[in-house]
Amino acid sequence: MDRVFGMAGLLGLWLLGEGISAHFGLPVPGSVIGLMLLFVILCLKGGIPTGVASASDSLLKYLAMLFVPAGVGIMVYGEVLLDVWLPTSVAVVLATLLTLGISATVMAVSIRLSRSREL
Amino acid sequence: MMAHILEQPGFYLMLTLLCFGVGQWVFERSGRHTLANPVTIAAIGVIATLLVLEVPYEQYFEGAQILHFLLGPATVALAVPLYRQMHHLKRLWLPIVLAILASVSISFTGAIQLSRWLGMDGELGNALGLKSVTVPVAMGISEHIDTTVSLTIVFVVITGNLGSIIGSSVLGRFGVRDPRVMGLALGATSHGQGTARAFDLHPESGAFAGLAMALTAVFASLLMPLIYSLMH
Repeated sequence: MDRVFGMAGLLGLWLLGEGISAHFGLPVPGSVIGLMLLFVILCLKGGIPTGVASASDSLLKYLAMLFVPAGVGIMVYGEVLLDVWLPTSVAVVLATLLTLGISATVMAVSIRLSRSREL
Repeated sequence: MMAHILEQPGFYLMLTLLCFGVGQWVFERSGRHTLANPVTIAAIGVIATLLVLEVPYEQYFEGAQILHFLLGPATVALAVPLYRQMHHLKRLWLPIVLAILASVSISFTGAIQLSRWLGMDGELGNALGLKSVTVPVAMGISEHIDTTVSLTIVFVVITGNLGSIIGSSVLGRFGVRDPRVMGLALGATSHGQGTARAFDLHPESGAFAGLAMALTAVFASLLMPLIYSLMH
């Protein structure tokens, strides 16, 4: 029962986010505004209501499955991608290495800096 | 009779569940091998079936869109794991926020620049720029920049696979030993799949990866459309 209310709550926050995004013409997707609203609510409440926790956990457990319908859409782009598979593959590998490198470096350096400042 | 069944939207929902179930089964049987990605296996299975049955994508999507539509509330639900990681955020908020800000802005502009040098189409390059953002959020951003949802998902899923396969060994080779740094980089690069991989390495890595994934989603949706409009 709690989970049904939790699910209704997640849907409600998502729709509220969509409404806010459209009303103010924001570039942020409504779902992310909903995420931030829920985060603020949880912080104000100081805990996660059981219904919200169980609805969230069950949705996130099957998150990967929800990507399939849009992923199948690649069939529309099959030929376009096959034509440029080599530069595309090179770009994906390099861009992945770039993100790994940047995030790890900035995190490691700033942990070290904040620690040395504390001493 | 077959023609009538193929007209039912329910058929495509069933097909999606079936193919994902097979994908999940292969993934478990392979010892959760990162190459046996259930989403990839499911998409290949669905596409093959649609080609054999000569069903266009639009007809498939009409039936399967109920799953697609659940991505909205699922994104809202990401606030729950983020809230559970709050204690990490409080202690190390500055390094975490700096790392995610740098990773979001530099990897978005870097990926687009890289695709230009390699002579790739603008639509492809923009989709590549969104590669490290978790799927539901990347899809939302893709509607605000010049690219398509499907291309975006392809790059996000490939990066999820690639980063979780090579991430820890590449970082290890460069001397990264701190499980917090390792986790943050995996989550910031390979979102959900990187987070799953980070939990295999160390529980602390997993927590930081989940946090990195959620913060990347929030910062990306705030910054990427802005950077995009500055670049054009």
